[in-house]
Amino acid sequence: MAAINRDDVAHLAQLAHIEMSAEELDRMAGELAVIVDSVKSVSEAAGDDVPATSHPIPLTNVFREDVVGHTFTAEQALSGAPDSDENRFKVPAILDEA
Amino acid sequence: MTDTNELIRLSAAQLAGMLAAGEVTSVEVTQAYLDRIAAVDGGERGVNAFLHVNTEEALAVAAEVDAIRAAGGAAAEELHVLAGVPIAVKDLIVTIGQPTTAGSKILEGWHSPYDATVVKRLRAAKMPILGKTNLDEFAMGSSTEHSAYGPTRNPWDLDRIPGGSGGGSAAAVAAFEAPLALGTDTGGSIRQPGAVTGTVGVKPTYGGVSRYGAIAMASSLDQIGPVSRTVLDSALLHQVIGGHDPFDSTSLPDPLADLVAAARVGNVEGMRIGIIKELHGEGYQAGVENRFNESLELLKQAGAEIVEVSCPNFQYALGAYYLIMPSEASSNLAKFDGVRYGLRVLPKDGPMTIERVMGATRAAGFGDEVKRRIILGTYALSAGYYDAYYGSAQKVRTLVQRDFEAAFAQADVLISPTAPTTAFKLGEKLNDPLAMYLNDVATIPANLAGVPGLTLPGGLADEDGLPVGIQLLAPAREDARLYRVGAVLESLLEAQWGGPLLDKAPALVETLVAAKEAK
Repeated sequence: MAAINRDDVAHLAQLAHIEMSAEELDRMAGELAVIVDSVKSVSEAAGDDVPATSHPIPLTNVFREDVVGHTFTAEQALSGAPDSDENRFKVPAILDEA
Repeated sequence: MTDTNELIRLSAAQLAGMLAAGEVTSVEVTQAYLDRIAAVDGGERGVNAFLHVNTEEALAVAAEVDAIRAAGGAAAEELHVLAGVPIAVKDLIVTIGQPTTAGSKILEGWHSPYDATVVKRLRAAKMPILGKTNLDEFAMGSSTEHSAYGPTRNPWDLDRIPGGSGGGSAAAVAAFEAPLALGTDTGGSIRQPGAVTGTVGVKPTYGGVSRYGAIAMASSLDQIGPVSRTVLDSALLHQVIGGHDPFDSTSLPDPLADLVAAARVGNVEGMRIGIIKELHGEGYQAGVENRFNESLELLKQAGAEIVEVSCPNFQYALGAYYLIMPSEASSNLAKFDGVRYGLRVLPKDGPMTIERVMGATRAAGFGDEVKRRIILGTYALSAGYYDAYYGSAQKVRTLVQRDFEAAFAQADVLISPTAPTTAFKLGEKLNDPLAMYLNDVATIPANLAGVPGLTLPGGLADEDGLPVGIQLLAPAREDARLYRVGAVLESLLEAQWGGPLLDKAPALVETLVAAKEAK
């Protein structure tokens, strides 16, 4: 497995929508390289014959009755929003042409 | 009425008994705890277990319980056994009427429009909620130092960590600021703080307690559970919060076993208790190992059969955890985007697009450890690495489950130290993420496999006089076994000590007054 470098961290930070300063990228790249190195052995632990486990105690087909139940009012749903207008979340421009 | 200094030291079960007998009122009990919080929690050297104190509502609920009891009749008889016994709630669990921060700046001042299921159940039982307890930001850490609101201090030594992420809940209970608390455990966040503060904590079977309203870190690992000073008290609280919840699709439909009865069985004769070869010895502090061996000896004397089991794949558990947990966390924390709730930070210059607002908001709102785990999770899930990292970690999860299955074929309950060391100094491991992660080496396998685990105090380490935790693990859905063995071991140990371990902790008020005078 490849080591993680500063360019990787910059790309990942962009994917994760976290702005990072140059100093932060340097520090994070160093720390993550150590962590990634320490978890390397995981990829060698299990052979192809071992199935993956995504959930410790899997339950299947968990459905409820198709009736309207617990819902928030618009006011409740918007109560923590940084900005709202006409019962909607208000956001800055979604496209670059603001 | 009992002296308030004695009142706050009583167990929840004792308080419940006195309340039912009319020997004390809930308002007296609740006020005694609020006074204690005011005396030891704040200030420069205070415990800082609470992020919010819920004085008005707690006293109102207490007064309501007292009024029902005073009126008598059917309503009084129908009161829950813990009615009027106060409780603290980890600030990762949402509550109407109080702020929920998750220990993060990104949620500062946020109020949830709904109650978590466990909070609804506390309210139904009429337990006054004292407030919300401190934690590592979004429950990411083992020391509570990653809280955006300052670290919690360990009541045994105010210069040391109380464990994490649930250091606030454990310290509140250890410092007699609450008789009970709720915690959450993703990789040890209930059990490791319990170990280093000399308290009891239980991570139930995955799905045994509803996660609805617990702000998710890693959904396939997270579990809410009880924090207390005695094993019986955890059983009582577990019984309040446990059981099926249709609002959590991973909630087990099984009826809850009688955990309180299990805590009262009082013997372990003929039970097979398995020492996990890989979870003690090398890497564990000598004083931790000594107390662990003493507990084994006591259980043997009580008629349990001690066997040794091997779980060879546990060596990969920590690595697998630090791939699965950040992967799930990176996805769960994507919702903190400055749109629907919490902080919104506008970029200083340049175009004001939503993407740039998200970037600036998350940069300002998240602390270093949260950023680290989001980046690590994004990496582990990215194209080209997914199979090698996340996929491999999920296979290790299967191997860890198989190890547990084999171990539980030989033993009814497994036993290990809860944490490899006693409480370390504040700041000691803050700049070394990997050293911090190693604190969870003994607790993580249970989360990966979904099995229940309990920690109880095992004594004080010879070298530093600090609490050591003993961990018990049982097969999935067999939480009752933990309470049975835990309560027996607790009574054997307390017989040796001549009382609860917390009686040996320094007197906090005196310590704080002395510190203030020394200045």
